[in-house]
Amino acid sequence: MPLQKDQVTHRNGGTAVQPQKNRLITALMRRHVARTMLLPLLTKLTYQHTFPQQKYKYSFSPIVVPSETLFAVLSRARARKKNPRQHRLVPPPSPSAMANPATGRSFLQAMTSVEEVAPPLRVVQMEGLAVLKIIKHCKEFSPALVTGQLLGLDVGSVLEVTNCFPFPTREEDEELEADGANYQLEMMRCLREVNVDNNTVGWYQSTLLGSFQTAELIETFMNYQENIRRCVCIIYDPSRSNQGVVALKALRLSDSFMDLYRSNNFNGEKLREKKLSWVNVFEEIPIKVSNSALISAFMTELEPDSPVTQCDFDRLKLSSAPFMERNLEFLIECMDDLTAEQNKFQYYYRNLSRQQAQQQVWLQKRRQENMQRKAAGEEPLPEEDPSNPIFKPIVEPSRLDSYLITNQISNYCNQVNGAAGQGFSKLYLMKALHEN
Amino acid sequence: MATAAATSSKQTVLQYPGAAPSVSARIHPVVLFNICDAFVRRPDQAGRVIGTLLGSTSSDGTVEIKNSYVVPHNESADQVALDIDYHHNMFVSHQKVNPKEVIVGWFSTGFGVSGGSSLIHEFYSREVQNPIHLTVDSGFTNGEASIKAYVSASLTLGDRQLAAHFQEIPLDMRLIEAERVGFDLLKNTSVDKIPNDLEGMESSMERLYTLINDVYKYVDDVVEGRVQGDNNIGRFIAEALASLPKLSPTAFDKVFNDKIQDNLSLVYLSSLTRTQLSIAEKLNTAAQIL
Repeated sequence: MPLQKDQVTHRNGGTAVQPQKNRLITALMRRHVARTMLLPLLTKLTYQHTFPQQKYKYSFSPIVVPSETLFAVLSRARARKKNPRQHRLVPPPSPSAMANPATGRSFLQAMTSVEEVAPPLRVVQMEGLAVLKIIKHCKEFSPALVTGQLLGLDVGSVLEVTNCFPFPTREEDEELEADGANYQLEMMRCLREVNVDNNTVGWYQSTLLGSFQTAELIETFMNYQENIRRCVCIIYDPSRSNQGVVALKALRLSDSFMDLYRSNNFNGEKLREKKLSWVNVFEEIPIKVSNSALISAFMTELEPDSPVTQCDFDRLKLSSAPFMERNLEFLIECMDDLTAEQNKFQYYYRNLSRQQAQQQVWLQKRRQENMQRKAAGEEPLPEEDPSNPIFKPIVEPSRLDSYLITNQISNYCNQVNGAAGQGFSKLYLMKALHEN
Repeated sequence: MATAAATSSKQTVLQYPGAAPSVSARIHPVVLFNICDAFVRRPDQAGRVIGTLLGSTSSDGTVEIKNSYVVPHNESADQVALDIDYHHNMFVSHQKVNPKEVIVGWFSTGFGVSGGSSLIHEFYSREVQNPIHLTVDSGFTNGEASIKAYVSASLTLGDRQLAAHFQEIPLDMRLIEAERVGFDLLKNTSVDKIPNDLEGMESSMERLYTLINDVYKYVDDVVEGRVQGDNNIGRFIAEALASLPKLSPTAFDKVFNDKIQDNLSLVYLSSLTRTQLSIAEKLNTAAQIL
């Protein structure tokens, strides 16, 4: 449904959050999904026009890992510590395959062959610029949720995010298609002219207290995944920055989950086969922040190391009650949703067992009939009757929603734990101060 | 700089606006990062980068610079060419995201104001009334980072414009957002991970501890006569100490215990929920009636 600006209701004219957060999220994500349908066109454009340029970007541009030859990329990927939780679909490139500089292969050939044997994504490296831009954009529009595009480069096992641009928020859905597409193309074209890497490597979105796991997110991921080999979603939570925490998270769908999603089958057996539990749906990737030497020189010069910063003030605030309250509110809502989902399952199981009982009864009758017929010398009737409605297979409800809700709940619990831990330290600090 | 030379005839007088303008500027760290990044990515033959500044003007004359984008340009000895279409397109695109941001000026890297700058400044003064010119010295001439903001006033001799006088205006570089994110994230060339809440808490408490230690040492030194006491500092310390709320021990204990119990119950609740989740999941996927 289209999102009106006044749908964001504020209770008590204050800081309470709108009760329809889920609808807000789904509306936003629907727009984002529609927008990302343009992605095939976009990436075709960028790859067609920039891939030859990219070749030069690797060799000459001062920012991109310029002097990194193929060896350095591969040796970095191999030398990195193995992360046991990563699902490895492709084995790492064998030393003999790539370590041949003197075979006379062109740079282009070497680049394309690397793309087939990709090491798994281990870390997302963001530039300070991208971080600041995301923070600024999300904070300006909070509590409304916003999205934007991430631009960068995919190098070995590191996904570099070097720049980003925000998406405009749209109120009516009709102008979405043409306008959104134009905006995106325009921005990418303009950025390309000033030598910004305009490879889409993912998108970012803001969230409210961590309630971002929705079906739309998965849909968007699948859309992106079709066109871009490796993409990531960065989630930023502006409401937690009041606590002095930079709540940036890089997410990815795990590969096994993606396969399962494509087959569109979420039955219990399939899930048990793949040993896929709700923990394995999303993978969080650690974020590294890097800055160019110039900007770090500027920052060091301009802002000397002060003994205390605004961040510290925020962290040491004693009142954590509003944050906890909101968390608990969301938690309660989610638990309600979860119980609804579980009821669905119970209903399904009950129906299934009832149907099976009916089937048994019918089968008995058939068998008796058959015996009578045999005694009378007639042909036995078949023991199955697909036209009988009691044989119609009941569709098992998909477990996807319950997985997502479970993820959300666990997120809230984590946040509550973190805040409570902080609260404890602060309280004991107060006590010590008071005693002195 | 310019002398107020009056010509023989009474009409043409060299106008020299001597009063300092009442405009001041405040810059957000995003802009600085953007400019430096653009400078690093400039095409090889360009000596400097030029771009537009976006922001808003408040009623008391403070201009807040919130965003920026680079505009490609060509500069030779006597000519400056700016890609106006690009500038306009980017502005329209940015307007779509944030309609409140308007053009407030332009920036260029490099030290000082050059001749070509005045032409560009003229172009920008056609877009907005009193554009701000920001120079970011990326070459670190004089061995220091200088970021300066100027407004221009034109020197006119009767009807003819002689020159543009760039006057520096106070620039407020309070990087509050950057502080929020954490300077160590932004200062170093690479940070391995973003600190999560408990680690951040730890570092904040450590800083607090060092601060208290410093104050303690200072007071000790003053009392023992090693350091001359400064009354202002003494007053600050007294104020800080007095701002601790005075609660009787029983009242404080009660408040403290209540809070601790609240926190504990929350932790218990969240652990309970998580256990419930794992049980529910086992039930959902394990049961199989066939």
